[in-house]
Amino acid sequence: MDEIAKEYDVIVLGTGLTECILSGVLSVKGKKVLHIDRNDHYGGEASSVNLETLFKKYGNYPKGTEPWKQYGRLNDWNIDLVPKFLMSSGELTNILVSTDVTRYLEFKQVAGSYVQQGTGPRATVAKVPSDASEALRSPLMGIFEKRRMKGFIEWVGQFDIKDPSTHKGLNLNTCTMKEVYDKFGLEASTKDFVGHAMALYTNDAYLETRGAAPEAIERIRLYGNSVARYGKSPYIYPLYGLGELPQGFARLSAIYGGTYMLNTNIDEIQYDDAGKAVGINATMTGIEPEMKFETRAKMILGDPSYFPSKVRVVGHVLRAICILKHPLASTNDSDSSQLIIPQSQVGRKNDIYIACVGSAHNVCPKGYWIAIVSTIAETAANHHVELAPGLERLGRIEEQFMGPPIPLYEPLEDGKKDNIFISKSYDASSHFESTTADVRDIYRRCTGEELVVEGLREGLQVAEEN
Amino acid sequence: MAARGPPGARGMGNRFAQFKLVLLGESAVGKSSIVLRFVKDQFDSYRESTIGAAFLTQTISLDETTTVKFEIWDTAGQERYKSLAPMYYRNANCAVVVYDITQASSLDKAKAWVKELQRQANENIIIALAGNKLDLVTDEPDKRAITTEEAESYANEAGLLFFETSAKTAENVAELFTAIAKRLPLDQSPRLGGRGERVTLAPESANTEAGGPCAC
Repeated sequence: MDEIAKEYDVIVLGTGLTECILSGVLSVKGKKVLHIDRNDHYGGEASSVNLETLFKKYGNYPKGTEPWKQYGRLNDWNIDLVPKFLMSSGELTNILVSTDVTRYLEFKQVAGSYVQQGTGPRATVAKVPSDASEALRSPLMGIFEKRRMKGFIEWVGQFDIKDPSTHKGLNLNTCTMKEVYDKFGLEASTKDFVGHAMALYTNDAYLETRGAAPEAIERIRLYGNSVARYGKSPYIYPLYGLGELPQGFARLSAIYGGTYMLNTNIDEIQYDDAGKAVGINATMTGIEPEMKFETRAKMILGDPSYFPSKVRVVGHVLRAICILKHPLASTNDSDSSQLIIPQSQVGRKNDIYIACVGSAHNVCPKGYWIAIVSTIAETAANHHVELAPGLERLGRIEEQFMGPPIPLYEPLEDGKKDNIFISKSYDASSHFESTTADVRDIYRRCTGEELVVEGLREGLQVAEEN
Repeated sequence: MAARGPPGARGMGNRFAQFKLVLLGESAVGKSSIVLRFVKDQFDSYRESTIGAAFLTQTISLDETTTVKFEIWDTAGQERYKSLAPMYYRNANCAVVVYDITQASSLDKAKAWVKELQRQANENIIIALAGNKLDLVTDEPDKRAITTEEAESYANEAGLLFFETSAKTAENVAELFTAIAKRLPLDQSPRLGGRGERVTLAPESANTEAGGPCAC
């Protein structure tokens, strides 16, 4: 094995998506990066695994049996641990294009975005309208409400924060989003699907927050722009699962000189007298003999699992990964879909999400679908009851994987004191907008500069010509 | 850079097929040098580990009507600590596994990479074994550590194409890639089929982003 360098600009711990985007960007910008993962595979929480790995992770089968063998070829399964889609016009798409990581990945649209009204047998599942003409055809609203909704959507398209003549006489700095909805006379059920299925808020806190309206309008607009980009839904999804995303950015980093080590445990983080991290002691396993080494760095980045004493729990998410032999009901047999059950419809504070993908995206053999039901935990027990309204939508379930509530972590400090910059866990939202916001935040904290990805691509092409 | 004409641009009866080719082998056996010779007809003795050029394409004509385009993936150094991602092997149609004929241990490493390919890649992947640095033994036969017979008999046993090459003098480099192209199933080029439903991510025009990102 080659020698490890004595010093790097940055050591990154964990190969989740957040970490891999940062490694990729920092490497392109000329930083010398050492990127380590304790696992034998890329992706951490953001990886996609096969059925055998999933059964073994949850341990939900009798010892001595091999239930995964009845589900076709193992390598045909790429099951995400975190259910998310990419917004077509979102920031992750922008970063993928700006860095040319799109070369290593292929994407397909998610076929439909749906929302539920009502509960139980009387529930209606309908496509989320994305523009004025879809609003007019939607079964989610009565005839007069459709017109009000059309007016609202058209206004969102014309709204300009800098132009008060588009503000409908409201003071956007101080009013609430509820007041904006009321200006258009929207009914409660309409507010519900606009806020939860278009603006993609997971609860209703945004409604009464003063000054939050421009952000809500921006989120509705992002939804509309994302649908307009490819047509079927606002979402796209990579073939072979989300685990491809960190691998793509890791490759970008490696091309620009980043060094990658899997199967490597961090034995100790070295600090100087001022309490700043200056290096690591580590052991690479999986080889004979094991390789112990130490190296120094100007800063250390990593996911929360590498710094248990420097993070706190901010909530818990519940997730049930289900294997189906049919697409999601009431989605027009879509090969892939998202269904949002707004909290108010089922007497909760937080929405229930169902993300469903299948063989069209090469995540499972033909004839199967993977549906992940998720929500933010609101109780200390009976978590399957919390997910029940979602699980009921699935019909017959072949296999179900559900563990204890998954803690969401965030760093205690911003990293300036100890040179350790820690990412947040992947949250309960249905997309990556909060992940890319975290990437930008960490980049700002560790470099003191704003991350500008526009133009990185031109730099890449120049490098290739040389 | 290789010609990047759209596949449909060629006349009727002409065949154009595109394939993903991956490189494997121990560090410093000359993987990138072989590609550099093949793609740009260049050689650099002092070339350091691969940086910044890990996605190259080259098109070759097998005959007057048949063109094959290789989309070549370099390891980008990720082989060094065995950290190549599954993405690397995914949908690879062919592979060049390189060893250094002057380094006895490098053939063993090459054999291990062939096993890894058989584990991770498509079942019908075409694998070529390339014993590189042939130029070093032309004048000084004593430098050779692996005989042609030894490597060739292994290649035959394992069903691999086999060439001894020199990226420096270009000996057998073009021949290596041509032999691979001839073995590929040209009529079922996988990189062209089924693209219809894929979305192409490209920068949005300025107009569609008139609203700009949120001002938070």
